[in-house]
Amino acid sequence: MTIERYITIDGEIVHFGAGQTILQAALAAGVFIPHLCFHPDFGPHASCKLCTVTVDGRNGSACATPAMPGQEVHSDTPELNARRRVLLQMLFVEGNHFCPGCAKSGNCKLQALGYELEMFNAHYAHFYPNRGLDASHPDILLDRNRCIMCELCVRASRDVDGKSVFALAGRGRASHLVINSPSGKLGETEFALSDKAAHVCPVGAIMPKRVGYSVPIGERQFDHDSLRQKVKKHTEWRSSGEERDGATKELVNGSVAVNSVKEG
Amino acid sequence: MASVHPAIESVLDRHRHDSGRLLQIIRDVQDSLGWIAPETAASIAAGLDIAKPRVDSMVQFYSFLYDRPVGQYRILFSDNITDRMQGSIALRDHMLRRLHLDLGEVSADGLASVDMTSCTGMCDQGPALLLNSRPIARLTLRRIDEICELVRARVPLSEWPSYYFRVEDSIRRADKMLGSSYAIGKALQIAVALGPNGVIEEMKKSSLRGSGGAGFTTAVKLYVCRNTPEGQRYIICNADEGEPGTFKDRVLLNSFADRIFEGMLICSYATGAGEGIVYLRGEYEYLRAQLETRLSELRAKRLLGAGICGVPGFDFDIEISMGAGAYVCGEETALIESLEGKPGRPRVRPPYPVTNGYKGRPTVVNNVETLCKITEVMRLGGAAYAGLGTKQSTGTKLISVSGDCERPGIYEYPWGVRISTILDECGAVDTGAVQVSGASGACLAPHEFGRRVAFEDIPTAGSFIIFNKNRDMVEMVRNFAHFFAHESCGFCTPCRVGTSLMRDLIEKVANGHGARYEINEMMRLREVMKASSHCGLGQTATNAFHDTIQKFRGDYERRLITHDFEPAFDMDAALERAREVAGRDDANAHLGANA
Repeated sequence: MTIERYITIDGEIVHFGAGQTILQAALAAGVFIPHLCFHPDFGPHASCKLCTVTVDGRNGSACATPAMPGQEVHSDTPELNARRRVLLQMLFVEGNHFCPGCAKSGNCKLQALGYELEMFNAHYAHFYPNRGLDASHPDILLDRNRCIMCELCVRASRDVDGKSVFALAGRGRASHLVINSPSGKLGETEFALSDKAAHVCPVGAIMPKRVGYSVPIGERQFDHDSLRQKVKKHTEWRSSGEERDGATKELVNGSVAVNSVKEG
Repeated sequence: MASVHPAIESVLDRHRHDSGRLLQIIRDVQDSLGWIAPETAASIAAGLDIAKPRVDSMVQFYSFLYDRPVGQYRILFSDNITDRMQGSIALRDHMLRRLHLDLGEVSADGLASVDMTSCTGMCDQGPALLLNSRPIARLTLRRIDEICELVRARVPLSEWPSYYFRVEDSIRRADKMLGSSYAIGKALQIAVALGPNGVIEEMKKSSLRGSGGAGFTTAVKLYVCRNTPEGQRYIICNADEGEPGTFKDRVLLNSFADRIFEGMLICSYATGAGEGIVYLRGEYEYLRAQLETRLSELRAKRLLGAGICGVPGFDFDIEISMGAGAYVCGEETALIESLEGKPGRPRVRPPYPVTNGYKGRPTVVNNVETLCKITEVMRLGGAAYAGLGTKQSTGTKLISVSGDCERPGIYEYPWGVRISTILDECGAVDTGAVQVSGASGACLAPHEFGRRVAFEDIPTAGSFIIFNKNRDMVEMVRNFAHFFAHESCGFCTPCRVGTSLMRDLIEKVANGHGARYEINEMMRLREVMKASSHCGLGQTATNAFHDTIQKFRGDYERRLITHDFEPAFDMDAALERAREVAGRDDANAHLGANA
């Protein structure tokens, strides 16, 4: 007897492969579930909690919950999106996220989710953190005040680049990135622009220098297509079997979490 | 490479240069050097061949690790609501004045520092403080003066009057467990006679559930661990008793350690685990020496080691691992992370520790009290054990009673005891509220005192804080909100940010600047934090607010302003400096004066 490997997400049937989580299955099927700390090249982290859905009535992180036959998942509901808006507002007030003055604007997943989930203001009093700016590296700028603690750079540098340049230190609200060098400065490390860790930051915390506005505002990743549309388009591209074109490459490099987990 | 400090080298050698023991290593290095300077952190990292940020992230995570110098006499006042009710703040301020210090400041000569710390588990004999990791309970103004004198005279701690450091067990009511006569080894012999499956069968019959709060069935834990196909297994004793108002484990560790160790032995026998670890909270470091001594004695008695009870292959030993001031490490996966030398951030579950725990191996994590009860179940038999208590909560429960009553201390009751019975026996009069199960627990009003302590009604890890009718419950919520903001590990968004937002909102209300708006905001935050937080800390951090706003609304209402909203930013106060410079304080120099 074979068990049908599918779940439902907001009533829609979504098939899943062995070992896939709910979020992986959803993205593969072109179903968008908001998320920030998930990246298709890394295991579940489950810290941002944006992907919190209800699975058979219970709350759970879609990125960390294994898909099981018959699960009834709800994600795009007014209640869950209202919660996500609060989580976004928390992230916005916790750091310094002033989109008009940020070179990441238009390529930033936090900002894109803000639009996607119709977050109109930050609502809470800003914390105005002073976690410090590090411009010591010739090619990369680190602005800790924009960090959302997703640890993607930590994971990429440790697991892919084999350098362990970054770590998260501190506790609670005092959490912040620290750098593996005697002075604690990025410039003293072997961190390079070609590192995976230089390209996984979903926000503007780790930014390549000198290319800030080479792609003008208005022509950036999320200026035309929302995150949701990107996930949908990417799936259509996958199912049509076309060669990987420039647009999709940008998608992957820009760390939009699209599913790349092989089925089976 | 600069030469490594000999003190660091010897610590690293003692821990076999094992980076999994990072927390113990940093603790031990700090014990000899006082604090962890950047060079020290670099030396430790180099000696272990790990990245320095790993050391930094540890030092910055645990409250009792210091990345800057602390006083030679490091004084930490326990900051639970019970300490505050007993006047700890006045005592602290008195000490600060006597020592000419600000809170958190180290005196210029490096002699002393005074700061606050989360509940130290001395609520039955507070107010209390920790002096270089040694507790001093039952503080009075006179004792504070004496302490200041001794500090200023630089008298070494070993020459201080020993009665200062005396900690009473204060067992007020002993039932089946605390009241029984006991000799180590008998329960274990019964276990060996039954065989591993027989032990699990008896546990099943006893319906024993964990005493740490979650109430997971002990037999299932043992069964799953035993049947997970993996070589090495571990038994961990969770002695990270951090829930404000709880001190039962302190008493068990002090006077009933044999039962804890025997419980671990029984778990080892049932599951085939070869190693046991007691994760002892940093605040209870003063108990460590006597526990180590006892473990040595047990080794000499061949109750630990190889071939225990003459059973070939029954090899087990117990080690004590220290925590360093992090409430979240009471959560079992955070505890395991800490044991593995990492900051205590709860893991993604599943998998659960019983299959993938310490070092990824099957691990049974049990609370101190649960382990004592495992020994009890073996001694009495599962069916007899289940004869006491209620259907879903069998046996007895240790209640840590503190707050407004005549006789605070440990009370052992069969599960199912009524709140009112406990209140009567501990001499509580005019009780207005009881906070059950600590900061994360439930707040009960007088009309609920007929309810029972049991998994079926009011579950508890054992904390029982009594408030008389004159107490202001907003003060309790305020204290707990600060506690959670301080103890949130920072891993997930809702808890990391939410606990701070809650603290700021309750401060605003407590200071008389809050309106209905703030109350509604807190309710909204609660919904998000409860539903989305990664672990129990964030999920329960707003419970006290939720209960008190419903049951003690008056305490909030009388502080609320009547208009709809007042901004968090006080514009008039912000002009104070300008007024100072201008030398003016007339009505026109104030905002809203002519409104």
